[in-house]
Amino acid sequence: MKDDVTREDRIGALGGMGCERKRVEDARFTQGQGNYLDDVKLPGMLFGDFVRSPYAHARIKSINTDAAMAIDGVIAVLTAEDLAPLNLHWMPTLAGDKQMVLADGKVLFQGQEVAFVVAEDRYIAADAVELVEVDYEEMPVITDPYEALTSDVVLREDLDPKADGAHGPRDHHNHIFKWEVGDETATNQVMDDAEVVAEETMYYHRTHPCPLETCGSVASMDKVNGKLTLWGTFQAPHVVRTVASLLSGIEEHNIRVIAPDIGGGFGNKVGVYPGYVCSIVASIVTGKPVKWVEDRMENLMSTAFARDYWMKGKISATKDGKITGLHCHVTADHGAFDACADPSKYPAGFMNICTGSYDIPTAYLGVDGVYTNKAPGGVSYRCSFRVTEAVYFIERMIEVLAIELDMDPAELRMKNFISKEQFPYQAPLGWEYDSGDYHTAWEKALETVDYKGLRAEQAQRIEDFKAGKTRKLMGIGLTFFTEIVGAGPVKNCDILGMGMFDSCEIRIHPTGSAIARLGTISQGQGHATTFAQILATEIGLPSDSITIEEGDTDTAPYGLGTYGSRSTPVAGAATALAGRKIRAKAQMIAAYLLEVHDDDVEFDVDRFVVKGAPEKFKTMKEIAYAAYNQAIPGVEPGLEAVSYYDPPNMTYPFGAYVCVMDIDVDTGVPEIRRFYALDDCGTRINPMIIEGQVHGGLTEALAVALGQEIAYDKLGNVKTGTLMDFFLPTAWEVPNYETDYTVTPSPHHPIGAKGVGESPHVGGVPCFSNAVHDAFKAFGLRQSHMPHDHWRIWKTANDLGLHD
Amino acid sequence: MIPAAFEYYRPKDMEGVLAILEEHGDDARVMAGGHSLIPMMKLRMAEVPHLIDLQDVEGLSGITVADTIRIGAMTTQNALINDAALEAAAPILKEAALQIADPQVRYMGTLGGNVANGDPGNDMPGLMQCLDATFHLVGPEGERDVSARDFYEAAYMTDREDEEVLTAVSFPAPQGGFAYEKQKRKIGDYATAAAAVQIVKDGGTCTGAQIAMTNLSDTPIYSEEASEALVGTSVDDAAIKAAIDAMLGDIDPTEDNRGPIAFKKHVAGVILRRAIERAWSRA
Ligand SMILES: Cc1cc2nc3c(=O)[nH]c(=O)nc-3n(C[C@H](O)[C@H](O)[C@H](O)COP(=O)(O)OP(=O)(O)OC[C@H]3O[C@@H](n4cnc5c(N)ncnc54)[C@H](O)[C@@H]3O)c2cc1C
Repeated sequence: MKDDVTREDRIGALGGMGCERKRVEDARFTQGQGNYLDDVKLPGMLFGDFVRSPYAHARIKSINTDAAMAIDGVIAVLTAEDLAPLNLHWMPTLAGDKQMVLADGKVLFQGQEVAFVVAEDRYIAADAVELVEVDYEEMPVITDPYEALTSDVVLREDLDPKADGAHGPRDHHNHIFKWEVGDETATNQVMDDAEVVAEETMYYHRTHPCPLETCGSVASMDKVNGKLTLWGTFQAPHVVRTVASLLSGIEEHNIRVIAPDIGGGFGNKVGVYPGYVCSIVASIVTGKPVKWVEDRMENLMSTAFARDYWMKGKISATKDGKITGLHCHVTADHGAFDACADPSKYPAGFMNICTGSYDIPTAYLGVDGVYTNKAPGGVSYRCSFRVTEAVYFIERMIEVLAIELDMDPAELRMKNFISKEQFPYQAPLGWEYDSGDYHTAWEKALETVDYKGLRAEQAQRIEDFKAGKTRKLMGIGLTFFTEIVGAGPVKNCDILGMGMFDSCEIRIHPTGSAIARLGTISQGQGHATTFAQILATEIGLPSDSITIEEGDTDTAPYGLGTYGSRSTPVAGAATALAGRKIRAKAQMIAAYLLEVHDDDVEFDVDRFVVKGAPEKFKTMKEIAYAAYNQAIPGVEPGLEAVSYYDPPNMTYPFGAYVCVMDIDVDTGVPEIRRFYALDDCGTRINPMIIEGQVHGGLTEALAVALGQEIAYDKLGNVKTGTLMDFFLPTAWEVPNYETDYTVTPSPHHPIGAKGVGESPHVGGVPCFSNAVHDAFKAFGLRQSHMPHDHWRIWKTANDLGLHD
Repeated sequence: MIPAAFEYYRPKDMEGVLAILEEHGDDARVMAGGHSLIPMMKLRMAEVPHLIDLQDVEGLSGITVADTIRIGAMTTQNALINDAALEAAAPILKEAALQIADPQVRYMGTLGGNVANGDPGNDMPGLMQCLDATFHLVGPEGERDVSARDFYEAAYMTDREDEEVLTAVSFPAPQGGFAYEKQKRKIGDYATAAAAVQIVKDGGTCTGAQIAMTNLSDTPIYSEEASEALVGTSVDDAAIKAAIDAMLGDIDPTEDNRGPIAFKKHVAGVILRRAIERAWSRA
């Protein structure tokens, strides 16, 4: 057979790993042809809407639904009393606690679900909500976790104050858990003996992922065949199916969960919410499909906050800047119910990655979880479990230590990095970092931005400021982060008992195209594009001929879903390994067709060739056809494979970020002049998608650092419940980002990829924040809490006497 | 975020509008661009059983530029930005309108709605006070004119009667240099503080000044004293300081998510200084 195409051409034609393949999803999305939850419209569908509590803490004395029920078109108004016989008035949370589905005797946060109205029309439902009369008796409100731990007010009257919680003993009736990692005695000893110790307290404020599409579900119970179909905004559809089965008693094979297109998740869509449960119950009761979709205000006030960590740190070092120990204590405000989305054994997620990118021999972390009158949640907003908090903590502590040592913070980092030779590196708080080359990345970053030049410019600026020549200060924000993603090894990571593996199933069609289904679910990450690229390289069929499908539990193999940058590390690995199974069988078929022994053929881009005789080959397309039309002795017909992947370890992407900011001291307005982001996510599957993910993550980092928050007043009222006050940046607020990379593959991942979607957020937040701090450093600032919005920056300047 | 039920009307002329207003009293409201009213209805903070859409009513939009400039109530903020004659005669309107919301809102939002709304966050009321505009109203009793400087009573409370409709605003073509300076948290946000300034310069001396502030009280604030502090001076540092002090005596900001009172006052001073300096440099 004649073949005048070069090997490079053949590689190019595959559109495999490493190429900037355009996102196949975009044609649909940019033309308004996506299919989101709210696009699900079924005949006879009913609509649900919640009556929510205006109070943060109150006893419910009575609920009168008569007036609401009297409206034409109102089918039902469900309260806790109606759910109790089904034992569905409470539900288990992902963190081992339980949460009210509908208020059972009292409410514990503003916006809490009190009653669920079901009506024939969305507008009627909203009108009926207004007519449900709830008689509340207000109770004392606690919004401060420190106050909660000393207050006589019992928030969770349903819990036995003396009984252990899901994570061990509780010290107080408003205490949830204490989690400790590392050796506190040894750490204290190191602190006592240290030449230099820096201490600081920082508040990582409560915020919210705020995806463009809010949460919602459509439940449809078919009473004839006993099957429940549930469409929803789910980042983990298979887990939802299992939970729905356990809660409802409907056998799992009779439940089909479908996550359609998802308009952003960022952690908001990992949890299970009362709305999902109510739509299911309402459908079971009425026998009709029931839709529930929250509005923007409901989304911000009731589903899934993130952060809310008070972090106290101590870091010790020698006089010349070698770090010797780290002590961290967190008071974690979990709100009214512990509904954190973390692997079961990690009540503070992977906060124990807080030693960061540094070789710190001794460390200790203690976390106290606390109940308050705020919304439940504690999701990982564009980060792996609590990693943003951990990285913020260490990257601020490094800056504070640099001040204490009077040392350049870039140099201090360089001096303490884990070195390339130390990998795999055993961190003091329990993780084994897979690979890294921090020094090289840091040097590249500092050189690219001309760090020395920037510092000289800054020194001049300070002189000019002092001389009255300018009212703008210049801040240089530095961050070096190490993420921990790809949860995770089944031996230590599970959610509600389900090991955190993931999966891929591939079917090759006779004409040489394919469909692959995964246990994950894209929410904008571009899985349909990148997973096809992985497969193209692994099985030698063009990515354009491979369909990727996710989100339907009736067709996709079981998986734990998409969050914590786990899709590529876990499902991506499953994809590569399933591809290799296909290839192994293809090898046998090729050998048969070429009439040689299996070992005498080898894979080459898109074909198997006879070793030493490359002109003798069978393309994967030919092999696929043969799999279906030839009787091959000892080989089953067909070409399919499935792989379930239990990762041996997490992956540890890292990066070096630099932000240059000018701050108007008089108005508190910051202006980002430059942002440089170097990411090392191991093997790069699609550089264009990586860049897009970095831009998105940095933008959400900018939001969080510079203004985005869920703030409460003393009565527990949400002050930032609309997009007027909740900062969601637009193109206008966003600077130009410079992206860069190094490549340090993961040694244990089949294709060396580490995951990237969340790195920019994790690294971005401290980088923006450090830039603000750095601008005022010369005038004595050590710590000011985020978000750095105009008035808080102004207040920093004011407190430092810069307006006098 | 779903409004209560309402009747929707779309009359073709002012008689039709007034008839509905008279019939339903304060249960009826006119709607211009809807970009303040509809959000309030969705939040159920405004209940409007009878909603009268003004968009088909003849003669309510358009810009006439002469010694007196007249702008129809239904003229969109986008139209203010793109009218060459208006830009030449009163460039401060474009400068201010460009700082309102975002293009989508400006395609719908109208000058009339912005000034009639009575929200202290709206930018046009302060600007109209700076320009000494007159608001033209029509009601069952006929037509009536009110000065912008007398129109605002408290948040969402104006001199307009429930059955009256604003038809147009007019103001003398402004003289001298101008500036509209606004600090906000992000695109689409109302002002943390904003200042509208017009200054006339003769030789090196200021012969006329008009200063109004936005979102620093429950109404827009025309600061007569601040304006006067500049007149007769060379707008030097002392004069600017005096104007700022006078302005600070007139405003009465409240704390909200944009920040505490001390911050707002400080920023008001900074913003006014910048507006005066820019207006003076253009005078
Ligand atoms: C996201 C967003 C950001 C915004 N940011 C800003 C901003 O920065 N600055 C700013 O100034 N505005 C801002 N706005 C408001 C916007 O400019 C509105 O369009 C404007 O305030 C009202 O104009 P409208 O034509 O939409 O009026 P409508 O919303 O239709 O009406 C507003 C009120 O005025 C009354 N009304 C309207 N026309 C008349 C009339 N002819 N006679 C009598 N009464 C009348 C109505 O009954 C209603 O009470 C923003 C709006 C949004 C949605």
